[in-house]
Amino acid sequence: MLKLQKPSQPFRLEEGGEIDRLAPLAFRFDNRRCIGYRGDTLASALLANGVRLVGRSFKYHRPRGIYTDGSDEPNALVELRTGDRREPNTRATTIELFAGLEARSQNRWPNLQTDIMQVTSLFAPIIPAGFYYKTFMGMPGWRFYEHFIRRAAGLGRPTADPDPDRYDRMHAFCDVLVVGAGPAGLAAALAAGRAGARVMLLEESDAPGGRLRADRERLDGAPAREWVTRTVDELDAMPDVTVLTRTTGFGHYDGTVISALERVADHKPVPDPFEVRQRVWHIRARRVVLATGASERPLVFAGNDRPGVMLAGAARSYVNRFAVRPGSRAAVFANNDDGYRTAIDLARAGIEVRTVIDCRAGGQGAGREQAAALGIECLDATAVTATHGHLGLTGIETAQLSADGRGIIGQPRLHSVDLLAVAGGWSPNIQLHGHIGAAPVYDAELAGFVAGSGPGASRSAGAVNGAWSLGECLRQGSDAGGEAARLLGFNPGAPELPVTEEAPVGPIRPMWRLPGRGKKFVDLQDDVTVDDIELAHREGYQSVEHLKRYTTLGMGTDQGRTSSVNGLAIMAEERGIAVAEAGITRSRPPVVPVALGAIAAGDVGMHFAPTRRTPMHDWHEANGAVFDHAGHWLRPQYYLRPGEDAGDMNRAIAREVIGTRSAVGMVDVSTLGKIDIQGRDAAEFLNRVYINGWSTLPVGRARYGLMQREDGIVFDDGTTSRVGEHRYFMTTTTANAGMVMAHLEEYLGVHWRDLDVTLASVTEQWGTLALAGPRSRDVLARVVDGLDVSDEGLPYMGVRDASIAGVAVRLFRISFSGELAYEVAAPADHAARVWEVLVDAGAGHGLIPYGTEAMGIMRIEKGHVAGGELDGRTTAVDLGLGRMVSRRKFHIGHAMAGRDGLTAASRPGFVGLVPVDSVSRPRAGSILVADPQARPPVDKLGHVSSSAWLSPSLPHPIALGFVKGGRERIGSTVWAMFPMRNEAIEVRVVDPVFLDPDGERLHG
Amino acid sequence: MIRITCPYCGPRDHQEFAYVGDATLTRPSDDAGADAWYDFVYLRDNPRGPHLEYWQHVHGCRAFVKVLRDTLTHEVLATGTAADDLVAGGR
Ligand SMILES: [Zn+2]
Repeated sequence: MLKLQKPSQPFRLEEGGEIDRLAPLAFRFDNRRCIGYRGDTLASALLANGVRLVGRSFKYHRPRGIYTDGSDEPNALVELRTGDRREPNTRATTIELFAGLEARSQNRWPNLQTDIMQVTSLFAPIIPAGFYYKTFMGMPGWRFYEHFIRRAAGLGRPTADPDPDRYDRMHAFCDVLVVGAGPAGLAAALAAGRAGARVMLLEESDAPGGRLRADRERLDGAPAREWVTRTVDELDAMPDVTVLTRTTGFGHYDGTVISALERVADHKPVPDPFEVRQRVWHIRARRVVLATGASERPLVFAGNDRPGVMLAGAARSYVNRFAVRPGSRAAVFANNDDGYRTAIDLARAGIEVRTVIDCRAGGQGAGREQAAALGIECLDATAVTATHGHLGLTGIETAQLSADGRGIIGQPRLHSVDLLAVAGGWSPNIQLHGHIGAAPVYDAELAGFVAGSGPGASRSAGAVNGAWSLGECLRQGSDAGGEAARLLGFNPGAPELPVTEEAPVGPIRPMWRLPGRGKKFVDLQDDVTVDDIELAHREGYQSVEHLKRYTTLGMGTDQGRTSSVNGLAIMAEERGIAVAEAGITRSRPPVVPVALGAIAAGDVGMHFAPTRRTPMHDWHEANGAVFDHAGHWLRPQYYLRPGEDAGDMNRAIAREVIGTRSAVGMVDVSTLGKIDIQGRDAAEFLNRVYINGWSTLPVGRARYGLMQREDGIVFDDGTTSRVGEHRYFMTTTTANAGMVMAHLEEYLGVHWRDLDVTLASVTEQWGTLALAGPRSRDVLARVVDGLDVSDEGLPYMGVRDASIAGVAVRLFRISFSGELAYEVAAPADHAARVWEVLVDAGAGHGLIPYGTEAMGIMRIEKGHVAGGELDGRTTAVDLGLGRMVSRRKFHIGHAMAGRDGLTAASRPGFVGLVPVDSVSRPRAGSILVADPQARPPVDKLGHVSSSAWLSPSLPHPIALGFVKGGRERIGSTVWAMFPMRNEAIEVRVVDPVFLDPDGERLHG
Repeated sequence: MIRITCPYCGPRDHQEFAYVGDATLTRPSDDAGADAWYDFVYLRDNPRGPHLEYWQHVHGCRAFVKVLRDTLTHEVLATGTAADDLVAGGR
């Protein structure tokens, strides 16, 4: 018979807590099999199983345990899950336990107990702040060292596989958004909800309640949990109230927008079918109540990082909420009354609480007597001065503090404990306030920074606002929620607040660091010690922002929530100034780590950017096209024939060039930008936007135009046709289509509002193709109806309406290839049909489709400028197009183009380049120099802008470029250098028109 | 995540807009001197506080919207068409 072994959780309490003892969950940590319960976090389940050592520290590889119970955890970072869901640096304190969870400790080798890298601890005195950078940065080989340094100081390993999960993005709107569902947030949501406002309430953990889940508070004479349940039930019943749990507000932006991360399925082994893993919310609220609570601060004493040292509030949370004993024999170290409340809660849970060590000499509240009545020793004006234990706490030393708190009196005393709960006061979580520029203000009485007033419609309530008592939190929350509703026109009515039972507390005594020998950690995650801060002070890094960057204080995943205030206060002490004067670093989003996948949400893979396909795309695909990306467009690069593969690319490209130049070729040019320009002032508008003149262009004619920017540099080119008395059809390059449109709109909308011109982008309304080659007219003549396509009927640069196979088309006799050529524009829905009709008609004439490679080669052969030449640095004169500039009118860039620098004779001019050996291929981007052997610095003569590696029409490769002297250098040679490939090619400077310089082919 | 009220479309998220530039500049006359053109093309003030600027409603009506915006707080103080004189009413 199978014998079931009782789950062994030696540190689990028999009763109490919010865990479900009927729902045991098996999990593994470093391959150790453990059992926890539903309701546990990984941290509480580890503690229940007696696991205290969970990781090694970032820099010194010191043993570390669980320090907090929430998202401010600096220590207990683990690698969660396996395979493609493996995620590093997840906080054990926020991971809800699920069946089959697998986690591993980080930053150790070969294992957690024996970590070889801990030897760095031996060298710790010689690894001060900034050590790595001071030592290695700027040294030859920094890149080489960096690899090993990162490995030594690294955290977890992310998966290298694609993320199998999906993420979601949601935009929401509400009247009142409440961030944080502790007592203040619940009271705020209730007040606003009862007033009838549309409310959203965000809670980071799995359920509302905040500290009411962790502390034994009473409201209305009953455990506070009952009030929480009642309140949540009431909120749930309100139709306009949304409560989002497992949701952290991580960013606060202008316009009262809060961004939040909802962990939809992180508490499950894997998301349910069709469920997203996480969702980012962008919530635009009319009013915001920030009730983000406070994070407890550690006390900074020697050996304060040992596993077994834990924040007091976390210790209470583990016994009260999770029914776990975080130790067996405890001491509590505090500078405020939280020490006594913690001692009482721990003692109630059956932990042997030996001592409460209070820095204060007196002034304690009622808690001290209650603790003493339980038989707990209470030491005043005392501090912990050292801790003991190799992989976990075994004992502490305490000593009497001198009056100023900087020294000790008498001999230290040894206490044998395995748990030290530390209460150093609370730091309001004002990160979200900081995002919108609300300056932090130091409140000496609270010993913490609260948010000053900031822009926008946000206010805070509860602990984040410095309210330390439950009653005050509830009152502030209710007031803030009611006020928000009232400002929006709702009537909140009189607040109803539950009755609290709170004992009076004494004031805190800020103790930023305590005497004693040994490492005193300020920032546990980044291994920043008091010594590092003192060093930063000595070296002059005294402002809080410099301190942060020099020591890495507060730069970890916890963003310094437990460390920032202690660190800057210690710096203030070093400088002899008040903490208020030192200030605190500016917080920036996100407050908690947010996966990039969640930010990207659905915008991944094919959804990252649109794919634009031309109307003829399906034909290209069916006929062997290999596609290339041109912006978002897919364009045929070349066409392979049956039996060919990518290795036949050059053969295909040569075939397309030769086919076009010898017979007829056809290319899809639908991606060119097209703009319909109409209005009485359309010609005047064109006169102003192009450098050449348009007044004389008759209806039915096209003209090549060149546009400048206002600074006199060429911007774009294309042909524009006059298709009516006051109507023009402009084309732009594919790359600049959107920019040209916005450019023209800006001039009409801002500068020339008096012109009667309207624009419409019609790029996607027309499918266009170019038919080029000596037989192009023959093909066209077979299919065109209603038009004589002879030289008389459709002369060079003529534009006519006609029809092909019943489709109304516009025909342009223009040429980019230098051949007799036509462009046919058809309505997009019918363009594929026109293309196919032309393919059929051309079958007997040797028609061949060609792609962008052949098109590029043919334009280089003709010396036509394109993207490589219109690179945002060249003028019309540089391009050899200076003759186009009209002297009879003003145009954009007219004034600036005349500047000395743009007209200097020394500017490189446009030329053709041919390798002297007729074989070598000068790359685009090569630098032109006179002497390939010259030692740097070498005078640059120019550069290669475009290159055709094969020119089927010519017996050698060709290139275009710019060289000082321009055409005056024709006949001489220079060298094209490409140092990254160690290439030096001697090239002869030639005329940029390599083929048919007289244009005989063009005119057919 | 400011909102801009397009005079044609109403209040819209700023993601629908493209920032264009300084709306206090006037394009010089075509025959203005080199200095005037140099100022217009290259020189911009970088004020702390209210600033008049153009935003194009690119994912909307594509109008050029004049926006008076506080560069310190990002608050949009007034918006109008390119023809509107915002400074007088906006402050
Ligand atoms: Zn609009």
